[in-house]
Amino acid sequence: MAKKSYETKYECHTHDVLVIGAGGAGLRAAIEASSQGLSVGLICKSLLGKAHTVMAEGGVAASMGNVDPDDGWKTHFRDTIHGGKFLNNYRMAELHAKESADRIRELERWGAVFDRTEKGKIMQRPFGGHTYRRLCHVGDHTGLEIIRTLQDKGVHSGIDVYMEATITHLLKEDGRISGCIGYWRESGRCVIFNAKAVILATGGIGKGFKVTSNSWEYTADGQGMAYRAGAELIDMEFVQFHPTGMVWPNGVKGLLITEAVRGEGGLLTNSEGERFMKNVDPERMELSTRDIVAKAINKEVKEGRGSPHGGVFLDISHRGPEYVRKKLPGMYRQLLEFADVDITKGPMEVGPTTHYTMGGIRVDADTAQTTIPGLFACGEVAGGMHGANRLGGNSLSDLLVFGRRAGLGAVEYANGLKEQPQIDDADVKAAVKELSQPFERDDGENPYAIHKDLQELMQSKVGIVREEGELKEALDELQTLKGRAKNIAVTGARQFNPGWHLAIELDNMLIASEMVARCALQRTESRGAHTRIDHEGYNEHWGKTNSTINANGEEMVIGQSTLMEMPDDLKALAYEEKK
Amino acid sequence: MAKAEATFHVFRGEAADAESGVEASGEYQEYKVPVEEGMVVLDAMHYIQGEDAPDLAVRWNCKAAKCGSCSAEINGKPRLLCKQRMDALPLDEPIVVSPLKTFPLVKDLVTDVSWNYKMNAAIPPFQPKEEDTDKWEVFENDVVRTQEFRKCIECFLCQDVCHVLRNHDRKDAFAGPRFMVRLASLDMHPMDARNDRVKYTKEEAGIGLCNITKCCTEVCPEDIKITDNAIIPMKERVVDEFYDPVMKVLRGIGLAHKK
Ligand SMILES: Cc1cc2nc3c(=O)[nH]c(=O)nc-3n(C[C@H](O)[C@H](O)[C@H](O)COP(=O)(O)OP(=O)(O)OC[C@H]3O[C@@H](n4cnc5c(N)ncnc54)[C@H](O)[C@@H]3O)c2cc1C
Ligand code: SF4
Ligand code: SF4
Ligand code: FES
Repeated sequence: MAKKSYETKYECHTHDVLVIGAGGAGLRAAIEASSQGLSVGLICKSLLGKAHTVMAEGGVAASMGNVDPDDGWKTHFRDTIHGGKFLNNYRMAELHAKESADRIRELERWGAVFDRTEKGKIMQRPFGGHTYRRLCHVGDHTGLEIIRTLQDKGVHSGIDVYMEATITHLLKEDGRISGCIGYWRESGRCVIFNAKAVILATGGIGKGFKVTSNSWEYTADGQGMAYRAGAELIDMEFVQFHPTGMVWPNGVKGLLITEAVRGEGGLLTNSEGERFMKNVDPERMELSTRDIVAKAINKEVKEGRGSPHGGVFLDISHRGPEYVRKKLPGMYRQLLEFADVDITKGPMEVGPTTHYTMGGIRVDADTAQTTIPGLFACGEVAGGMHGANRLGGNSLSDLLVFGRRAGLGAVEYANGLKEQPQIDDADVKAAVKELSQPFERDDGENPYAIHKDLQELMQSKVGIVREEGELKEALDELQTLKGRAKNIAVTGARQFNPGWHLAIELDNMLIASEMVARCALQRTESRGAHTRIDHEGYNEHWGKTNSTINANGEEMVIGQSTLMEMPDDLKALAYEEKK
Repeated sequence: MAKAEATFHVFRGEAADAESGVEASGEYQEYKVPVEEGMVVLDAMHYIQGEDAPDLAVRWNCKAAKCGSCSAEINGKPRLLCKQRMDALPLDEPIVVSPLKTFPLVKDLVTDVSWNYKMNAAIPPFQPKEEDTDKWEVFENDVVRTQEFRKCIECFLCQDVCHVLRNHDRKDAFAGPRFMVRLASLDMHPMDARNDRVKYTKEEAGIGLCNITKCCTEVCPEDIKITDNAIIPMKERVVDEFYDPVMKVLRGIGLAHKK
């Protein structure tokens, strides 16, 4: 066959299955696809083993029943549905609850070393929203253990790993996937991948917000690419804010302060010294659920009773230095070393930090296929599993369960194709042109300045508490930002140029931010992580409805679709009274 | 209090690139950065990117000392940029930020660390003694040793500082402290079935080249006692296995426990 012109111009690679993203979800997917004997490529924008998954602390949820023998998939299923405020894709929640324990056993077989019980089994700890002690963990670095185990398994599975390559466009032939294009961060050169099936496992969107626990990689690339390629997304209004992230000093802004600080007796106060939680949840006070605490903090700040740097005070020092050092050794050391904040001596300044994206690309529960044939999605980039609110620990297990399923789904699809799909020269040309544009403008906007403005906007108007007027203003301002982004100019060469990288990523962040704002405006109720002060409480219609997002040319189309109804046996489980 | 200002001398330069004809170059550039309370050096690098040099290349991910991406040398010392507080540095003289010396330069503060990934991939993988994990009985005591090593965030600061790699460039013969830690973590894994790790540590990873200077331990941000807990015990295992005739006989008749 004659070579296409792009093949002579650019570096090209061909695989059966291509996985974009090497966090827990992508690695697990690649291992599965490779174990079925197909040729697999795994691409990530940073070095292998550095993905966001490495930051997860608390643990991974699986109803193994090692500590509480009564636990089982049914309780885990019910907890997940309750946590998600009944908006979950029930089939995903069911598969997740049934399969996560097997995925943990498998990790152990691959060499993971979890903390142990006295009987020599994997230790499990309690966490908000889980009826039983369910989170398997390794101290406070569970994510590191998971990613290292998968990484070591992966490098011996014959997977081709492409590190520090950023994918920017998905490519299609006749409506089905045919590959993708991106650039090497190091050289700035384009690289093209041809594949029968592509799995997106690129994570979340947190970098669109000012205060976030997320790493630089969370620029919504997967959401943006899938949208531009014509895939449907759902429920993007549901963004989880963890109530206690550091707001000050800058060196630790966004850093997560674990729930254990409040568990050990930490007190939340406003600038008047008042324990304001008594106004919203006098019974549980500081130990109320994540969404309630986050909203209460937000209210104090908005009403002018915040701390000097826009948070509230969290103080554990009254427990005495010895107690604090014994119970919270990691936290104590980290804050002292990093930020010169001695939590045995005085309060921290904390506020809600953007943490997790519940919404995402619509997938089929069993195969993880999106609405584009040959395109699959798993992990944080996929939507549905967690409904309106995710329980702690349910993400790491989600990565393993649906990473594996996406791998299997992609293999089955790829095996069903008679021939390798073809990449269109014109698509390559268009993508390459788009990538070079920021270099061609002599005088234009600074990408860092636009990013900063976007973060301010999302934080203040599309943040934790929303209202029609502000959302509309935000949408107007987003249009202005989009206009400015079209006029970005970058300086320097193409080699490892962060300004250019950001210029390209901004496109995706702007798309995802618009999705969040539009869906938030449409959903006239408050549910889980989405709060409208002008529409308090649940609404029956919205309780059965997913938000949908599709591209129609340049226009973003927001719609609604009816939530899949649970079969009766699952319904009985979900609505069963908690013991 | 008037805002303090720090002067940075940051290495700017790039490797030669045959394809585009770029020649290797590099020099230190001066940048002024206002110092805020609680600032770390990575914040200063971000400030420089935002204000003066948008193309300044620096790796980072978590900004919480968890991923090991942001390794560099600050005033000549291997450090994580995100963990180095500004108020722990003297501000009356310029703060010098350079890329890791032991690995080839890519650009500015970014180096090519791919050699480490090759070393890792060459290590024989974990092989469980028993496939059915429900049958495992592994206690906290059995795992403490390997868990210390499994905290490694692969920042490669220990690789950077080790003189065998840094000054003698023996990447051909010595895998470096990071992989001594990894080999120890596998050899001390209570359920690992392989018995060729000690041989690998001696013959492939070149443990004999380490002369226990402990520089690696000093820079490890995870406080792993690399030398005392990983390298020395592995050296002892090498001695047992290769040079101790009594142990050899005992092992031969299955009396010496490996783990
Ligand atoms: C501080 C913190 C603590 C947490 N603790 C817990 C916990 O205790 N338990 C729990 O269950 N969950 C926890 N979470 C959530 C959980 O860690 C994440 O949701 C999860 O790790 C996401 O995994 P992933 O595989 O989907 O994506 P990631 O691990 O983020 O991986 C994304 C991958 O995609 C790649 N990528 C992205 N864009 C591109 C592109 N354009 N081209 C190429 N590659 C790309 C990245 O390089 C990366 O390899 C925590 C999150 C945070 C922030
Ligand atoms: S102790 Fe050994 S491995 Fe560590 S720095 Fe010294 S020579 Fe290198
Ligand atoms: S052993 Fe320590 S210094 Fe070496 S790579 Fe691991 S964390 Fe870094
Ligand atoms: S950015 Fe992750 S260790 Fe510094």
